[in-house]
Amino acid sequence: MADKNAILAGLAEIVEEETGLETEEVQLDKSFTEDLDIDSISMMTIVVNAEEKFDVKIPDEEVKNLTTVGDAVTYIANAAG
Amino acid sequence: MSKRLVITGLGATTPLGGDVKSTWDAALAGTPGAKTLEHDWVEQYDLPVTFAAEVAVEPAEVLSRPETRRMDRSTQLGMVAAREAWADAGLEDADVDGERLAVSFATGIGGVWTLLNSWDTLREKGPRRVLPMTVPMLMPNGASGAISLAFGAQAGARTAVSACASGVEALIMAMDLLNSGEVDVVLAGGTEAAIHPLPLAAFANMQALSRRNDDPGAASRPYDIDRDGFVMGEGAGALIIETQEHAEARGATAYAELAGGAVTSDAHHITAPDPEGQGATRALRRALASADASETDVTHVNAHATSTPLGDVPEYVAMKAVFGQHLESICVSATKSQTGHLLGAAGAVESVLTVKALADRKAPVTINLDNQDQKIPLDVVTGSPRELRADDQVGICSSFGFGGHNAVAAFRTV
Repeated sequence: MADKNAILAGLAEIVEEETGLETEEVQLDKSFTEDLDIDSISMMTIVVNAEEKFDVKIPDEEVKNLTTVGDAVTYIANAAG
Repeated sequence: MSKRLVITGLGATTPLGGDVKSTWDAALAGTPGAKTLEHDWVEQYDLPVTFAAEVAVEPAEVLSRPETRRMDRSTQLGMVAAREAWADAGLEDADVDGERLAVSFATGIGGVWTLLNSWDTLREKGPRRVLPMTVPMLMPNGASGAISLAFGAQAGARTAVSACASGVEALIMAMDLLNSGEVDVVLAGGTEAAIHPLPLAAFANMQALSRRNDDPGAASRPYDIDRDGFVMGEGAGALIIETQEHAEARGATAYAELAGGAVTSDAHHITAPDPEGQGATRALRRALASADASETDVTHVNAHATSTPLGDVPEYVAMKAVFGQHLESICVSATKSQTGHLLGAAGAVESVLTVKALADRKAPVTINLDNQDQKIPLDVVTGSPRELRADDQVGICSSFGFGGHNAVAAFRTV
């Protein structure tokens, strides 16, 4: 199991790069759309960058299930084994 | 029925400066904008031309990081110029009806950096890594769309695409919008960011670019007998054009009137200008007619004058045909000698300079004119800026583009 804190920190950097949001705002309980105002195109960019950063695959059909930052961190942690 | 249209805001980011003031000051002083390119790709591809006129201020220094990531460089430059023009016109605090606000923003090539970077990504890393924003970033209407979004312009966002005539054509499209009666304000302009190895190689292979690699600052030399091609430039220019009625109602100050304009097409050759300049002549005549101006009203021309051996002559032929003897009383500025050739942004930036010239009664200088081509006996402003007369007068900005496009705008002092 990969370190979830490290994944959160890495994901926050990706979100900051794409949206300009401060990394501290990217918390596990935050919703990508409701709280962070991330649209579907930005979400796809974040997903693709996360795939490269964490060396995982996140299928397109899974992306809609990643509602919160926590969902994404858990998915990446499991996928990274 | 055409309305009286005025220019109330200006914006620019060019090889001479990151805004209108720095660009204008440099244009009066006579400043070479071209420099040797410091990019790895120049050596990597062993490019035959190793210099260009890049913008003086990188857009990433002015825009937020998400903006730079989601906009092609051409849109970034357009946005910088548009914001300056918007603020300069005092529109930040004005109550503008979005449904009567339009955009008319030009480009010659569009998002060429995005297109080619995305192709590199696809080949090197596979389709999954291609950015989802690739299409809206590379499309030629990317800048006009993004600008309409930024300022809430809901009365249309048009994109003039007519190669190096695009910038002036955007102003003429703005006139059409305003004369329709459906629009009060247009944010008009043009942008280009094509200093990429592919366009450089392609233009070089057409023999269109100067090869003066050992002296970039002296390479753009319109009307000089030793001119050997144009210099690639990048940047953007923007103008707020509104009906006089609307400008007066909100107490805005006008720099000049956009008095008239016209486009024609040569139908002669896809890249070569008609040697007799017939299309350019018709565009000049129609622009003056639409401005309700006579030839003798004109005191200043900001010429297209790219510094190519072939291109500079027909424009003179056209001016001679239209102005005749009065041409001796017209002072001509070839500002591409300083800025390089901004392609689809050229006409927008040069319109900004023409408007500034009329407002300040000062024509900017042409540099590198050491031995004037005898086939082009124009009164060219060199050395120091030329004072324009104090009374009412008309200034002309001409742009011509591959495809046989001719676009001429006529501005009048206010």
